[in-house]
This record gives sequence, C-alpha cells and structure tokens, in this order.
Amino acid sequence: MGKTIAEKIISSHAGRDVKPNDITVVDVDVVMAQDGTGPLAVSQLKKMGFDKVKNPAKSIFFIDHASPSPRKELSNSHTVLREYAGNAGMVLSEVGEGVCHQILVESFVSPGDIVIGADSHTCTSGALGAFATGMGSTDIAVGFALAKTWLMVPPTIKVNFNNALAKGVYAKDLIIHLIGKITAEGATYKALEFSGSRSSKMSIEDRFTISNMAVEAGAKAGIFESDEVTKEYLNSIGRAALYKKIFADDDAVYEDIIDIDCSELEPMISKPHTVDNVSPVSMMEKVKVNQVLIGTCTNGRLSDLKIAADILKGRKVASGVRLLVVPASRKIYLDALESGIIKTLIESGAVVESPGCGPCVGVHQGALADNEVCLSTQNRNFKGRMGNPDSFIYLSSPATAAYSAVKGYIADVREIL
Amino acid sequence: MIIKDKAIKYGSNVDTDVIIPARYLNTINEKELAAHCFEDLDKEFAEKVKESKIVVAADNFGCGSSREHAPLAIKASGVKLIIAKSYARIFFRNAINIGLPVIVNEQAADDISEGDTIEADLDKGEIKNISTGMVYLTKPFPEFIQTLISKGGYVNYVKDKFDKEN
Repeated sequence: MGKTIAEKIISSHAGRDVKPNDITVVDVDVVMAQDGTGPLAVSQLKKMGFDKVKNPAKSIFFIDHASPSPRKELSNSHTVLREYAGNAGMVLSEVGEGVCHQILVESFVSPGDIVIGADSHTCTSGALGAFATGMGSTDIAVGFALAKTWLMVPPTIKVNFNNALAKGVYAKDLIIHLIGKITAEGATYKALEFSGSRSSKMSIEDRFTISNMAVEAGAKAGIFESDEVTKEYLNSIGRAALYKKIFADDDAVYEDIIDIDCSELEPMISKPHTVDNVSPVSMMEKVKVNQVLIGTCTNGRLSDLKIAADILKGRKVASGVRLLVVPASRKIYLDALESGIIKTLIESGAVVESPGCGPCVGVHQGALADNEVCLSTQNRNFKGRMGNPDSFIYLSSPATAAYSAVKGYIADVREIL
Repeated sequence: MIIKDKAIKYGSNVDTDVIIPARYLNTINEKELAAHCFEDLDKEFAEKVKESKIVVAADNFGCGSSREHAPLAIKASGVKLIIAKSYARIFFRNAINIGLPVIVNEQAADDISEGDTIEADLDKGEIKNISTGMVYLTKPFPEFIQTLISKGGYVNYVKDKFDKEN
C-alpha cells in the first residue's frame, strides 16, 4: 500500500513503516519556541534536569512575538531565553530578525524534515515538503532535550487546487475559501496534502501562505510536495544542496479528496470571530475600517508587500485609517527597501514596523480600541486576538487590505485591476 | 480517579485567545494566569468556578494557538475536568502533558446543562449526570496516553525514562 507524504516522512524518522493512527516516537530535525511559549519550555527543561539540548544548531528560540518588548515582564522573559540559549549553545533569533516561521524556511528547514515548534503556525514549513507541526511548551522542551517526540500518525486529506486564479484573487483567498468549506475543525488531527495543477504552478510564497493556515482548519500539518519551485527557492537563498524530492506514492490512501476549481473564486474575507466565517468581498455590506495590517507569518513576504505597494502607488490611505506594514523578516525588509516598495508604502501613509509578529497577537504595536475594526492579512481573527475583546477583526489578502485602506472600508480590489 | 462537581457549559470553538488572552502571557505563574482565565468569554467564570469545577463544551475546544498557558490557566483556576465533543489537537496534547483530564463524549457534552452535578470515573470511562440520572461511557485513551497520565504528565514520564537509561 502506498503512502502519503506525511506517512513517508514519519516512517523515515521512526525507522519503521507507519500507518494512520499509529502512535510512534520519531527523531526531529528542527525544534523551536518563541518568546510567548519559550519561557515555559525553559522551566520544563529545568524541571527535567536538562541544561543542554541534543541538537543545539537546530534548536532555536525566536524573539518575535513582543519584539522589541513593550514591558518589563516580557523583557524579563526575553532574558530567560537569552540566558538558556547562551548556556546550551542554542540558536537565538533576536529582536528585528523576524517572525519565527519565516526565519525557519529561510534558514533552517529542508524538504523531508520533521519540524516541531511551540507555535501553532509551525505548519508553515510544510510548504517546503517538510512535516511541520505545532505543539505546546512541554512537548517542545522534551524535543529540545532529546531531539525526539511522539506522534500519532495523521490520516491525510488531499486538496487539489485546479485551474488558474482570476485577477484580484490570491493564495490567501484560496485558503480562506478552503477553511470556510471544511470548517475550523474540518481537518482536526489530520494532515492536509496540497496538490492539483494549480499547486505545481504556485510560487513558494503562495505555498507558505496556504500551509501557514492549515492549522485554522485544525490540521496537524499542511504539506506541498517539493518540486522545481522548491528547488529554485532553496537555490535563491544559498541552500540548494539541501533540496530533496518529496512526494506521495501514486497509490497513497487518502481519507478524503477535495477538488477546488480556483477559477471560480472571488476575493474572500473571514469575518469576526472565527476564520471559517467566510464571505466573498462582493457579498459584504459596507464595513468601515479603523486599522489595516499588512504583514505577519501569513502575508508579510516580499510578493505580498509588492502587491500592496502596486495598489498604493499614487494613492493615499483614507483619512481616519491607520495602515500598518510589518515585513516578516529582516531579509524581506531589506529587499523591500532596495526595490522601493517601502518608500511607496510610506508615501501612501503607511507606518512600517520592525520585522516580527507585529500587532497580530495583541501585545504591542497596534492594539485596537473598543468597537474598532481591523482588516488584517494575518491568519486568525479570534475575539480579543489584537488586544481588545470589544473589537472586530476581518481577514483578507494583501491586495484587498491595501485597497480597503485607500477606500476606508472593506472594498473589492477588482474595481481597479 | 473519581471527580464529582457541578458543570459550567460553553459552546463550540472556545479558542485559546478567550481561554487566556496573549496580553496576559507575560508570566508562567499559574495563579496569575488563572486570574484571567476565560475572561473574554465569560466575565462570571471566576465566580462560577468557586462552585462548579467541570467545564462542558461542544466542538473544537481549545482551538488556536499552541500556548500551554491555556490548559495551565484552566487547571490553576480549579477546574478538575473538561468534557467536550472534540478538542483541537495541540490543546488536547497540552492538557494530557500537564495532567488536566480531558474527556471526549458527544452525547454527554450535548445533554449536560449548566449547573448539573456530574460524577466522572476516569478509570472506567464513565460519566454520570446525577441531576438527570443519565450515564455515558467513553472510549478509553490509547495505552501510551494512559501511561503518560499514570506517570502524572510528560515531564515525569521523560524524567523517569531518562533516569533509567542513564
């Protein structure tokens, strides 16, 4: 019987053939925590008596969620991470380097790896053909200590993206549509494997956006096979030697197969307060926005910033709207500076913040006031997510976000394309 | 282990941002986390949990972030057991790892009303609703997870194993 990508990667790391619902111990290649979850992992490491980690070069603490720190308690958390990483010889990704999931794909993850991270959007790395999944601090502490973890092998749902996207419709609209279709728990405990004629033509950045949001359907992982696009990406960042072809067997067994005709899709929105509460922009009532966020581990990459800049060039952010832009990494920030994207964004009225999670998680850099509305390119719109339970978060693509910032309300970007 | 207490009832998709908002993730002190548990979902929770220590919910309980602070906050607030139709997977792992009992039972999660008195026998997998007389049986956990629970969580399990190997 053939295997899905998840089953192949887990088998290779378990040293035996596994099938869905087996519980197995696996070797892990990359382990990470961020500044929200890392301090608890340090506390658990100390409880277990570990002052060293098994594979320090691939054990990483990221300071990205509250970066730079807005208050002394968080600054002290950062000190805990710096000290432990220093003593154990681990990698520390400092203030300003960027969001963990972006740095992982830029510098640490290779096709075929198992990646575990104390952050739910660790599934982003699945875009490179890796099995990448989020866990809690205790699981990650054990992962640091032993470079092993236990997993239940997930059944896989295959999602075929077919045909080209229409003008004004992007990978973000695609994944919002999928989550609306299968719901926030439609893939709980399962792996999503993205395939179909459109997937093979998708840029690596579009794949990151889609894998990033797999967890919003409850999935354990969201995986693309590795191909020429993956190879080209690794080559572009000086990591060509790490390329490996990762693919499912022709006779792999899937729990379900979902076919999506991309050509039928429109720009999409997730409405408050769940990601699966979706609507095409064209069906929305007029929703005024107070803040627009373009960035995060979902849509803070160069192509996202370029799409936004192309729309904002020669236009101004509407009066009464705050447009915040957060490049996902230092590399992206520099590339956007050199290509003039940042200048265009600032001239339109945007505030550009330091690379990191930005206001997405509600601890700094743009908390919302009571009754305010934010349109964001982030992955999650839960009540209170951006620091205020009495505010409203809508999710969209960078194009929809940029155009809505100009109009002052959630608007259909196809009007100007 | 038998847990007997009153129920607090919530709906579907109770996410980690309402269990413990990120704006309070500046500590790993369980008591401080507990002080803000469920505050964006139910302002009465802190009062209710004094009398009712079993949380009953519908689908996808604990969806969202990987923050282990969520089950820690719930446990430290005094909650002894959660009964839900289903859980988000990271929350489920985290709860088991820190020794917070989490039971899956669709029928019980549907039937139980806020304020009902519930008696759950974790070893037998039996839930009794004392208020209505209904009894529900749950599927036992896989053996590996039972071992984790019997060792008192993942930290103790690893410590135990590591000590034996060295």
